Amino acid sequence: MFSRVKTALFAAIIAGVIIAPVFGLQITRVGMATTIVPEWNMIFRGMAIVFVFHLIRPYLAKFIFKPKAKFTAPVMGDKGRKALTFLLIAIALIWPFFSGRSQVDIATLVLIYVMLGLGLNIVVGYAGLLDLGFVGFYAVGAYTYALMYHWLGLGFWWALPCAGIMAGIFGYILGFPVLRLRGDYLAIVTLGFGEIIRLLLINLYDFTGGPDGISGIPKPTVFGFPMARRAPEGETTFHDLMGWSFNNQDVVIYLYMLALVLALITLFVSNRLIRMPVGRAWEALREDEIACRSLGLNPTGIKLSAFTIGATFAGFGGAFFAARQGIVNPESFGFIESALILAIVVLGGMGSQIGVILAAILLTVVPEIARGFAEYRMLVFGLVMVLMMVWRPQGLMPVKRPTVELKA
Amino acid sequence: MSQSAKTLLEVSNLTMRFGGLLAVDGVSFELHDKEVFAIIGPNGAGKTTVFNCIGGFYRPTGGSIRLDGESIEGKASHVVARKGLVRTFQNVRLFKQLTVLENLLVAQHSLINTSLFSGLFKSRAYRQSEEQAQARAAHWLDLLHLREFANREAGNLAYGLQRRLEIARCMITDPRVLMLDEPAAGLNPQEKRDLQVLIDLLRRDYNVAVLLIEHDMSLVMGISDRVLVMEHGCPIVTGLPAEVQRDPRVIKAYLGEE
Amino acid sequence: MSDLLPQLIQQFFNGLSLGAIYALIAIGYTMVYGIIGMINFAHGEIYMIGAYAGLVTLSVIGVSSGLPLALVILIMLLVAAAITAAYGYAVEKIAYAPLRGSPRLVPLISAIGMSIFLQNWVAIGQGARDMAVPALVTGAVQIPFGDAFVVNAPYSRIMIIVVTVVLMVALSFYIKYSRMGRASRACSQDLRMANLLGIDTSRVISFTFVIGAMLAAVGGVLIALAIGKLNPYIGFLAGIKAFTAAVLGGIGSIPGAMLGGVLLGLAETFAAAYISSQYKDIVAFGLLVLILLFRPTGLLGKPEVQKV
Repeated sequence: MFSRVKTALFAAIIAGVIIAPVFGLQITRVGMATTIVPEWNMIFRGMAIVFVFHLIRPYLAKFIFKPKAKFTAPVMGDKGRKALTFLLIAIALIWPFFSGRSQVDIATLVLIYVMLGLGLNIVVGYAGLLDLGFVGFYAVGAYTYALMYHWLGLGFWWALPCAGIMAGIFGYILGFPVLRLRGDYLAIVTLGFGEIIRLLLINLYDFTGGPDGISGIPKPTVFGFPMARRAPEGETTFHDLMGWSFNNQDVVIYLYMLALVLALITLFVSNRLIRMPVGRAWEALREDEIACRSLGLNPTGIKLSAFTIGATFAGFGGAFFAARQGIVNPESFGFIESALILAIVVLGGMGSQIGVILAAILLTVVPEIARGFAEYRMLVFGLVMVLMMVWRPQGLMPVKRPTVELKA
Repeated sequence: MSQSAKTLLEVSNLTMRFGGLLAVDGVSFELHDKEVFAIIGPNGAGKTTVFNCIGGFYRPTGGSIRLDGESIEGKASHVVARKGLVRTFQNVRLFKQLTVLENLLVAQHSLINTSLFSGLFKSRAYRQSEEQAQARAAHWLDLLHLREFANREAGNLAYGLQRRLEIARCMITDPRVLMLDEPAAGLNPQEKRDLQVLIDLLRRDYNVAVLLIEHDMSLVMGISDRVLVMEHGCPIVTGLPAEVQRDPRVIKAYLGEE
Repeated sequence: MSDLLPQLIQQFFNGLSLGAIYALIAIGYTMVYGIIGMINFAHGEIYMIGAYAGLVTLSVIGVSSGLPLALVILIMLLVAAAITAAYGYAVEKIAYAPLRGSPRLVPLISAIGMSIFLQNWVAIGQGARDMAVPALVTGAVQIPFGDAFVVNAPYSRIMIIVVTVVLMVALSFYIKYSRMGRASRACSQDLRMANLLGIDTSRVISFTFVIGAMLAAVGGVLIALAIGKLNPYIGFLAGIKAFTAAVLGGIGSIPGAMLGGVLLGLAETFAAAYISSQYKDIVAFGLLVLILLFRPTGLLGKPEVQKV
């Protein structure tokens, strides 16, 4: 008992020291001078909470954490997975007809993150490559569209495949030298690449528009007919063609539908890939690279395929992002985006596509709902990441690996 | 046990130095077609290092290694494996989270249709390739009595079965040379007898030469055609099992061992 | 007389003082990696917190307190070190210790989460905007070269170099001769073995985090005094650069971290002066990529052989 009190006291003191310089003694400007505004109750409250927590910790362990083992949701099998996937797709299809404009807009963002998540899922979840610079490929995709529009006047349908291809090329070139690096090092190098891309976008002012970026990026057309209230010179709008009256809602729905189609394609491709030899090779490589080599599998080639494909998905997502926002600038492509996409993959349970989809929904929708707490958003995000790893690293919803069954 | 005179693997004066440590010092031997050749010696003699050099996991400091006349020293391990030289490991290296079947499918990666497009759209070529791969896997599963475990996670298998799977995984790549690193370690006497029968079967019917590191003397004596004894990285003697067993230098090196 | 020599000297001095900061932070990375083989992603934030702790201490003492300057700075350093020691200890216990033995990705993500958390922790607590740091140490040593160029060596930056050198020497002695130092050297060579031999590895690990944190705090306080401002986001960039320095010198090697820090500081300063100041950050990242590609063990590290 006494030792527990000692630990609790120690922890409380540490807590006090930690809270004091950040929340306990706030530096404020009063006119010209800077003073300290002590918030003693913040410090004491924090210390008290920590103290009590440590005292009751063993009891918590007995009553809260142990039963958790019994109540863990059973791992979802193949049938459940398929059912849930179809349910989600069904909801996605009818969504725009049952909700308002802003909800559809958010849903489009969700779909973009689904694409990104599925892409990174291949890299991190399947091939086991720690990529912290995924945002770089996202940026390449977005800027490919932006630059193609800005310098060549080309529209979305030209840019979309180019965005994917450009991102894929970047993935290949960047992946080639670094994929033989060990786990942590690979993570930092990819982080470096992501940052280098962002810095280049900021500094190549004449080409990329620098920190201001590029604006006025058009939404996708419908078979060449722009979807807008008024068409540019000599063109007919889609609505004029169809004889409909223009409604802003339609633009949003159209973009959503396109995003949905692309997301479904991404899901289909990703689904196929993991059941193909290349997908098995990714998993084998993640498990034991040396064993792979001893069987004739070339690790670099296999890693490159995962990296490149993931990058291509990110490129498509980037093009969509540019279309949805209408503006691109380097601000949107910082490390925090990579961390967010990584969080989606991790939360979803690495390797589980349905998990990624659900996590993308969760991590996009919740911050939008909790707009009022915007300040605390990132704080909670970081905290959740730590807690997830400590309590449930396998993800919110672990799914049974799809396996190849022996046909009798 | 007829031996073809054809030399499959030729190792000449192999040396491997790690900084100040000379782990392998001038090892030379030949492996003939369909032969079972054992490398034995006390722990730390450098046997696994020899394997690692041959297999392309280490780049030897000196010497040459020729597979079927072709020089392979210093080549990457996956390149060497594709040329027909595969190995098992002291600590079984299976793909634990993959099923037994999938382990065997992955091993065939270099042999099957891996084109992305045919896979995405399940073309006829792709489906045929997958069926053939499964059929080959089924063959090996049956041969090694692993069929009932086909859909089980490899990591969940009993140790003896894991070892068998590792050998099956090697054999499914259709190798010329099979290197087994202490295949009998941890097996019970019945399993060891089965292993001996298996090795004999493999070299007889599947056209492989077997290179073996082993501590279990009865297995070595029972199955090997020739034996190389190493100590402290140096080769002591090479010859027929019975000769080697009686050689005073070997007995001295093994003082205290069976 | 040509301007070249004095300019070089100026850049050299600037680079050295910048490098000293990187070295202080890099030691934290290298020590932690050497013992538990993980990159402490949140270390850059500890540096940032050290800077804030120093500023808070200064604000509590008061700029015009009448106490001798050296004493004020010393108090700032000691308090900041104590506070970050607590942070380092707590971060390790909360985010890393429970994850020992997990696959690589898990503690890395936890570290990233912790890094994001700490950034925003300070941003909410003290505000996300730039905060001014009173210029306590003013004045500089000025070395004229002919009648054109004058090498300007601010006292605040000289202080950085001097303090860093003192701490490096002290740390080296401590690691070499103290019991804890021996224990931590043993742990960095073979953690499991050290544990089996009776060394309390938990304690050594905590010690490593604490020492790293304290050194980073010193760096934070000194740079805040030299530059005159700080914000909650300085840790990210500084952290990556310091990690680059650690890798450059050889990860796991303390002298390597010192060497790497200095080299990186010089490289970045010269690049900023003679190539472009906008691209100086790319220099650091570019250097990181190059080292990891061509000499991942760094300058003072030993080449590793992977056991098969």
